[in-house]
Amino acid sequence: MLTPAPYHQPATLDEALDILARGGLTVAAGCTDLFAATERRDLPGAVLDVSRVAGLRGIGRGDDALRIGAMTTWAEIRDADLPPAFDGLKLAAREVGARQIQARGTLGGNLCNASPAADGVPPLLTLDAEVELARRDGVRRMALADYLIGPRQTARAPDELLTAVVIPAEACTGTGHFLKLGARKHLVISIAMTAARLVVEDGIVRHAALSVGACSPVATRLPEAEAALVGHPLDPARLTVDVIAPRLSPIADARADAAYRTTAAVELLRRTIAPGRRVAA
Amino acid sequence: MIRLSLAGEERQIASPPGRRLSEVLREELGLRSVKVGCDAGDCGACSVLLDGAQVCACLVPVAQADGTLVETLETSEPELFARLQAAFLDHGAAQCGICTPGMMVAATELLRANPEPSRAEVENALAGVLCRCTGYAKIVDAVAGMAGRARRANGKSVGVPVRRLDGQRKVDGTEVFGADVHPDGTLLVRAVRSPHFHARFDLGDTALWASRHAGVEAVLTAKDIPGQNRFGAIPALADQPALAEGETRYLGEPVALVVGEDEAVAALDLSDFPVTWEALPHLLDEAEGAAGPPLHADRPGNELIRGRVVSGDAKAALASSAHVAEGGFRTAYVEHAYIEPEAGIGWMEGDTLVIHACTQAPVMDRDDTAKVLGLARERVRIVPTAAGGGFGAKLDLSVQPLIGLATMVTGRPCRMVWSRGESMRASTKRHPGTMKARIGCDAGGRITGMTFEGDFNTGAYASWGPTVAARVPVHASGPYRTPAYRAEARAIHTHGPISGAFRGFGVPQAAILQEVLYDDLAEATGLDRLEFRRRNAFRDGDRTPSGQVLRSTGMVECFDALAMHWERALADAAAHCGETTRRGVGIAACWYGCGNTGLANPSTVRIGVTPDGRLRLHQGATDIGQGSNTVIAQIAADALGLPVEAVELVGPDTALTPDCGKTSASRQTYVTGRAAEAAAKVLRALILRQTNFSDNAVLALENGRLTARDGGKVQEIEPGDANEHGYALMAEEIYDPPTTALDADGQGVPYAVYGFGAQIAEVEVDVKLGTTRVIRMTAAHDVGRAINPLLAEGQIEGGIAQGLGMALMEEFLPGRTENLHDYLIPTVGDVPEVVSILIEKPDPEGPMGARGLGEHVLIPTAPAILNAIRHACGARLTETPALPHRVLKAIDEAAGKPHVEAQRRNNTSEVWP
Repeated sequence: MLTPAPYHQPATLDEALDILARGGLTVAAGCTDLFAATERRDLPGAVLDVSRVAGLRGIGRGDDALRIGAMTTWAEIRDADLPPAFDGLKLAAREVGARQIQARGTLGGNLCNASPAADGVPPLLTLDAEVELARRDGVRRMALADYLIGPRQTARAPDELLTAVVIPAEACTGTGHFLKLGARKHLVISIAMTAARLVVEDGIVRHAALSVGACSPVATRLPEAEAALVGHPLDPARLTVDVIAPRLSPIADARADAAYRTTAAVELLRRTIAPGRRVAA
Repeated sequence: MIRLSLAGEERQIASPPGRRLSEVLREELGLRSVKVGCDAGDCGACSVLLDGAQVCACLVPVAQADGTLVETLETSEPELFARLQAAFLDHGAAQCGICTPGMMVAATELLRANPEPSRAEVENALAGVLCRCTGYAKIVDAVAGMAGRARRANGKSVGVPVRRLDGQRKVDGTEVFGADVHPDGTLLVRAVRSPHFHARFDLGDTALWASRHAGVEAVLTAKDIPGQNRFGAIPALADQPALAEGETRYLGEPVALVVGEDEAVAALDLSDFPVTWEALPHLLDEAEGAAGPPLHADRPGNELIRGRVVSGDAKAALASSAHVAEGGFRTAYVEHAYIEPEAGIGWMEGDTLVIHACTQAPVMDRDDTAKVLGLARERVRIVPTAAGGGFGAKLDLSVQPLIGLATMVTGRPCRMVWSRGESMRASTKRHPGTMKARIGCDAGGRITGMTFEGDFNTGAYASWGPTVAARVPVHASGPYRTPAYRAEARAIHTHGPISGAFRGFGVPQAAILQEVLYDDLAEATGLDRLEFRRRNAFRDGDRTPSGQVLRSTGMVECFDALAMHWERALADAAAHCGETTRRGVGIAACWYGCGNTGLANPSTVRIGVTPDGRLRLHQGATDIGQGSNTVIAQIAADALGLPVEAVELVGPDTALTPDCGKTSASRQTYVTGRAAEAAAKVLRALILRQTNFSDNAVLALENGRLTARDGGKVQEIEPGDANEHGYALMAEEIYDPPTTALDADGQGVPYAVYGFGAQIAEVEVDVKLGTTRVIRMTAAHDVGRAINPLLAEGQIEGGIAQGLGMALMEEFLPGRTENLHDYLIPTVGDVPEVVSILIEKPDPEGPMGARGLGEHVLIPTAPAILNAIRHACGARLTETPALPHRVLKAIDEAAGKPHVEAQRRNNTSEVWP
């Protein structure tokens, strides 16, 4: 009577997509979110474990884009040799749990889990990240901002597999940064987090990409705040509540009240673009 | 077929591919150094190395470990582990030991890559493993390769930082905790629990349900309970059913047990269990409780009990005071968050029910389990496993009556292992308190009087609520002369989690308010805050608010020891002003009575020499990591006059050890220590009676040969024949603290021994974000006599870590924070440097002068931190924890800025996972 539910561990993408098309499966990658969501001894239900699928893991650089396989772990991103534009993503990688979680948790899993407080999302938004979704009849690409719909909601169809995150070459320029605010130093779910990628030439901001996480149902870019920076000498004071708050819709929860989240997001963003300033906690 | 490589051996795995690696390692491969604390990757207790990288084994499906090298404490490099084990023992880095294997695994990953790591590198490597006992400093020191302090005693051991006697099994992974006893064929017990704060329920056809689920042997409900379905810490107020009868009063209250084959019961989805719920209105905080309909018919106003201490005319004293400080404070539910959830196993030996489970109070467990199960006490034997942290909540019954019932009904071994969520819902908490107080002083800064009122949310059942109501009014003055005093505390029932015992029994909550108001008075009088406190500190011969004359108090000595640090800290804080950071310094003190409040709480210790010359100490004080196995043995060894290494420990085990009471109330070093000292002295006299030597004789025990030497004469002692306990020479002594019951005004001698202490907190507040970093704590505690200075320091560091958590981050929200990622406890990166100063002013009643320490250490921490925050930035908190948004709001208020009210949305209860 205790027939275990099917557990698939295919070796190729085609095989994985065939299995996925049958429906009723939970896709398992690093399992750091899946196991945390159950008290059971086993992953519940029928499982498609994509950890052995060839080609889903690793960072590849092409002429027009940098591609990070969905099964790439946070530890791999943390330790990778990447351009300064990825500094924010690498800092975020250090904040995904501690080393235990970083060793197993994957970029793709983080994006499929779609927590409003997912550490990876704000820096990826500043990198103009796109996600690659594969199914049996083809592959599509969409902006990460469009892929994330709401808390725990994505645009991924049930028969689609998130296979990679793609960063366009033009977004691999400049320098990235990331700050996370929580009530303790390690292993903490954000009260707020901010990411920035700036291209500064001759003291003038030529390009700015800013984002905030954990202050809205999905992390968000801040076009008005970016516009306020571009064309001017780098000045954190240009980041005012007025250009940030309208993009946020924070909730009050066990970690902080809503008004605080907005205040903190503004302060964190200013620090994110002012090198050397950090979060004390 | 899944294969794992373990210690050079390939093992084939039979478990399902989606099974947690932690389960496979523990249950299929028997590698029980892998501990399970949360099954969610939040605590790191199950950390193992997978191809050299530390991972949480609970988060890895075994299929993903196929073909990898798995390393646990049992299977990895013996050399590196031996070095780490020695370092952990020499630093006292393992207290309860439940996190130790995970810490060592994390350290191994680091040390292989980096044999000489910095402290920062160690912190980063250990960040994923939570420890609730040690405060981390000693663990970091051990991993960083610092020289440890432990040394062997040459002769007398009291005062020597000897390694803990039970340390080896904690550092090599062989320590046996509640979930680690699991013989084949054991049935699994799971509880069906209420999903509502308050509900009526009807059970359907449970027999039919059981028959439709293969592997289920029995479904048990309240009607199956053969004895009295009421237990509780205070027998006269026992009100808690082991299984609810028609009505549940808190979220998670058990209504039925499902018992059956391990795999089958573990896999059951209990959502189709035949029970219908009718949710009823509920009361969640102490104000709602006091105003609402009673949970228990005989407790109008939901008042469980009221405690009161009155001396002099406080109102008149305040009216004529030069300065009066007035304020209120609210504290949160605080969860014990030990890393080991409750677990245990029961089986029958003849007609005796034997229960191995984690606990702090084996004899109380025996008596209450026997009562619930309708058994004579002699037919229940409680064998405490190691407790993976307790801090008060493992004083209450947890799994014991439930597995006992299942074992009696099925006749087979039955075990129960609570999940993290189950533990957090069903275990007790620290009482939330709503308190107000007024304290007055004269123009010279001398305290004139104080009034205090506190309502404490005691939750659904009595548990240790009466103890909180009794202790708070006795202690709310703080360790300060308060000539006119009126303090009242009430324990109020609600449908919140049961509040019970938690390190300090309400005194830490009350101390926050008193110490915050002392800063107001110091400011009003223009006195330095330390000097203000020193001026009012208890001195020998002073009378407490309970009318007790103190014989020995080291309070002034504590302040004097801190004075130099205080001046340095104030200067440091003034010199530092960052762009967005301000530093502040705060101070607070504590006093705390050791043992039960005006009630008998004896300990009995047996010690003997066997016919073949072995020295055995029946040590019934459960060691939950604090060190009683070592401290009691040190006291006994020195009183007897043999080296501590000669002592073999027996127990705790209700069949083998006389009653040493509960590990609570900071009583074991004092009360059990006194009993051990007395028993050892009697044994010494028995031994020397076989000689004509004086008491100056020196004993020796080598290879079973007991000798006495006096001057140049040596005599061998022939132990003789065994008595009924197996001893040729044996002593058994009882000690009960000389106290008196308190009268209606709380007057009397509630405790025979008190401990005292004071702590300085140095903090840095980010005034733009409201975040607080504690930089350093300097703690001076009068321990009377430091029986083991290493263990005493461990208590201080661990207590401070818990006090810091209470001050800054810990807030249990019923129904919302039942895991270790929404409920935050300090990580290795959150604890400050701790400077410990042990003051040794002997107590005339304590064993060799010793006082208790375990709870004292937590009391001053939170108020010292809050006072430091205020010193840094003016923020005056009125509730804990001081989360960033609360601190920022208080900063704005202090600056006179209007604070934007939180825009509360409908989904305020949402907690993002």
